[in-house]
Amino acid sequence: MNDKHKPILKVTINGKEYETKENETILELAKRNDIYIPTLCYHPDLCLSGVCRLCLVEVGGCRALQASCSTPVLNGMIIQTETELVNKSRRMVLELILANHYTGKSKCDKTLSCELQELFIKYKIEESRFGRPKEKRYKILDNTAVIRDNDKCIKCRRCVDACECMQCVEAIKPMYRSNELSIGSVFDVDLDKTGCVLCGQCINYCPTTALVEKESIKEVYEALNDPAKHVVVQTAPSMRATLAEEFNIPAGRSSTKKMTTALRKIGFDAIFDTNFSADLTIIEESAELLSRIKKKFLNKEESSLPLFTSCSPGWINYIEYFYPELLSNVSTCKSPQQMFGAIAKTYYANKINIHPKDIICVAVMPCTAKKFEANRPEMRDSGYKDVDYVLTIREFAKMIRRSNINLFELPDSDYDAPMGISSGAGLIFGVTGGVMEAAIRTAYEVVTKREVPFKNLDICPVRGMEGVREASLIIKNPIDEWKFLDGFELKVAVAHELRNAKKLLDSIKANESDYHFVEVMACPGGCLGGGGQPKPTNVEIRKKRARVIYEEDRALPYRKSHENPAIIELYKDFIGKPLGEKAHKLLHTYYTVRRD
Amino acid sequence: MQRKFILSNDYVFWEALNKVLSEPSQDFIELIKKSGLRGRGGAGFPTGLKLELVSKNGLGEKKYIVCNADEGEPGSFKDRELLFNHTEKFIEGMIASGYAVGASMGFIYLRAEYKWMLKNLLNKIKQIREKNYLGKNILNKNFDFDIEIRCNAGAYICGEESSLIESMEGKRGEPRNRPPFPVEHGYINFPTLVDNVETFANLPYIVKYGDEEFKKYGTQKSPGTKLFSISGDCPKPGIYEFDLGCTLLDLLKACEATDVRAVQVGGAAGVTVAPKDFKKSICYSELSPEGSIIIFNKSRNMFEVLKNFTDFFKEESCGLCTPCREGVPKIAEAVDKIIKKESIPDSHIEVLMELADVMKVASKCGLGQTASNPFVYIYKNFADNHHPF
Repeated sequence: MNDKHKPILKVTINGKEYETKENETILELAKRNDIYIPTLCYHPDLCLSGVCRLCLVEVGGCRALQASCSTPVLNGMIIQTETELVNKSRRMVLELILANHYTGKSKCDKTLSCELQELFIKYKIEESRFGRPKEKRYKILDNTAVIRDNDKCIKCRRCVDACECMQCVEAIKPMYRSNELSIGSVFDVDLDKTGCVLCGQCINYCPTTALVEKESIKEVYEALNDPAKHVVVQTAPSMRATLAEEFNIPAGRSSTKKMTTALRKIGFDAIFDTNFSADLTIIEESAELLSRIKKKFLNKEESSLPLFTSCSPGWINYIEYFYPELLSNVSTCKSPQQMFGAIAKTYYANKINIHPKDIICVAVMPCTAKKFEANRPEMRDSGYKDVDYVLTIREFAKMIRRSNINLFELPDSDYDAPMGISSGAGLIFGVTGGVMEAAIRTAYEVVTKREVPFKNLDICPVRGMEGVREASLIIKNPIDEWKFLDGFELKVAVAHELRNAKKLLDSIKANESDYHFVEVMACPGGCLGGGGQPKPTNVEIRKKRARVIYEEDRALPYRKSHENPAIIELYKDFIGKPLGEKAHKLLHTYYTVRRD
Repeated sequence: MQRKFILSNDYVFWEALNKVLSEPSQDFIELIKKSGLRGRGGAGFPTGLKLELVSKNGLGEKKYIVCNADEGEPGSFKDRELLFNHTEKFIEGMIASGYAVGASMGFIYLRAEYKWMLKNLLNKIKQIREKNYLGKNILNKNFDFDIEIRCNAGAYICGEESSLIESMEGKRGEPRNRPPFPVEHGYINFPTLVDNVETFANLPYIVKYGDEEFKKYGTQKSPGTKLFSISGDCPKPGIYEFDLGCTLLDLLKACEATDVRAVQVGGAAGVTVAPKDFKKSICYSELSPEGSIIIFNKSRNMFEVLKNFTDFFKEESCGLCTPCREGVPKIAEAVDKIIKKESIPDSHIEVLMELADVMKVASKCGLGQTASNPFVYIYKNFADNHHPF
């Protein structure tokens, strides 16, 4: 129905009349009009909830209070958001939650992002009239990246929704009934034995700290304090666009040149950029794409298309577990994080003449699945563990706070050469569609020796926040080697959030689509919505983060991976050819079926 | 007045169905609307209106009929009688409803504890199918309808219709957000008519005798008869059929109960009625007509009764919403203390009463909204200076 024909609904909230044409809930209408209603289980990214009963309001004609998050507005509705009964009920709900919320002997860490704590402060609730739990009752549930402490859990089920509705993984469910209800893995099996892809979205949506990442801060400090170790750090593309939020700065501020200084102050020996190895990924991945296309369309041989990107470790875990029959479609390129580690402990080690055993490679990532990826047994092509420790951006912010550094009072500084030199193409890896855009910028030029036909190199059709985006590009006048591609329509698709990836995978399995190249990021918005990013998150915040990345890309001297001089030098001095022997040894990997 | 209407033997199988299938479906809906029949599961929603809503929703879509045979309310066993000994009656009601709303599939959602009668039910359904009252092209009226049975796994919450539907879909039994109601989005998202066994069993009689005759029983606003499962301290427990509008005194007289201290009407979620209120009439406007009547005589300690009910809710809360999940155990804790004769400060009793009030309005479904009832009723009516003994 178009907007014109939608009936106008008139709704009264707290005595004032509001009009709406939208098919929206009481909460959404109230929020749009700046009427405060507290929430806990509700999150705009997730499905309707109605679990916590904090957002209750009085609705004329209803005997019981209504959960505003899940009650649609109806014409003529009379709503009260602040009556005595409403406030009594909200306070009671908070007291009941507190009565079952065990945070340990010490008080809560005030620096952590906790929506529950904010509500206790707002409603001036310090103790519950029902007492508090006196001891720990649940055992910790964890895997390589995620820790769940059910003593702190308030059973709002946002994590369950994120896992089930957003990611289609269903590793966790509500278990048992009544006050014995807890959130856990199905049949209480180890989290490792579920399909958990370690994406960390459960952490991002947890309103308390019941869910946190498994930290590596201690190990990193130990390495930094060990004079025998040369500690190099790589920072993920999206980090510069989001780190500031950890210091109470609204989303949308870049901290590129401050965080490099902070890393130096904390004591890292060389400050490098994952954007560098993202450029490297593009060289290899675009070569891989073109070789698969050549195999299929010129040589008419069997070749797995579409090619899936392989940068997102949550996505890799997902396809290994849920769609192993499509593993041959996944690019064999390692993720930028792992390419970085393999190059740092070979090429770079050689260059600075330090034995790789004495190099500790730390990665600061927006991601929890990266912790799992670094620990994969196959990720030791340098002869050592390629990436030793992975910190989330939240962990890194903790280190900054621990060092009493005021991030925005620091002087600017740049990344170190050579592995800190990068292009805008590497930078946009941090946002959904970025890998696709970067790959097209390079692949198109390889085939035609001309720049992609988009203004300012901005390939807008693959940008944006829709769950699945499709685009196509017709190749005209290729160079002789690629003559067979003249007039070829390159079809691509981009998906973020695993539910959208699932849609694509199902259509590919059913032979309903004919894409050549598909980018998948496990998390909403790509890495900038990753499981290791600052909390809170929502689509508005993610859009602001994306804007920072695209603006910074625009301003960089190199916009295309193959123009990055450090990459050119790396191939000339060390790797040789893309997809060559050395590239295969260090930069490519294989996948395993994770399901029994 | 006690009578045999639903439980009567003057019932000719499929007489009513023949009539319904020979007329436009709207006629049946109009008839039920005129009869004023209200749902016998407890909530008392007008049955005819529900039929009409399902028939109008989602035109051309699949629709489903669900017979709620999850008789989980403590003390209720009247559906068991209908399920086992009057199977054809409610199945006939289901088929007629299917015809009325345009559904071709119905389910009986059977209580876990009634699995012993599964074989019997399946057999009956098979026999009915053989006679072509179920299956394709029923009685050559170009109408298909069949019935399957789904079994509950034992959760009380699944008697609540949206939890029941979740459970039927193979999910954890928990209440949905309402709206949308099952009449719009029910089983696998299609319009679904969920009625109690007894409600369905009423339908063939209304067709047979007409709405005027039906309205002669009961009161103006609560027409018809009602089955009561009477148990507890009385010489003649069992299933009784009375006109709506009867009083507890009528029921107690019929089962010959004496020396009664209290009557629990409506099971754990119901109300505990003290003798001063035995004269109240049982109908949709006074004492809600629930099937479960439990009688306690003067030898009973009402706080032990209370403990029984609160323990029941502590076991059966689905754990979804905060007030019910966290509130019920707090009440149960206090009741335990009272039973153990530990003292509870008056101030804490006040807190619990406040909690009970909040649970009533803040819980997501009927379970949480009524779970504090026994505490409130028994404490208010039977506590003697907080020392019940």
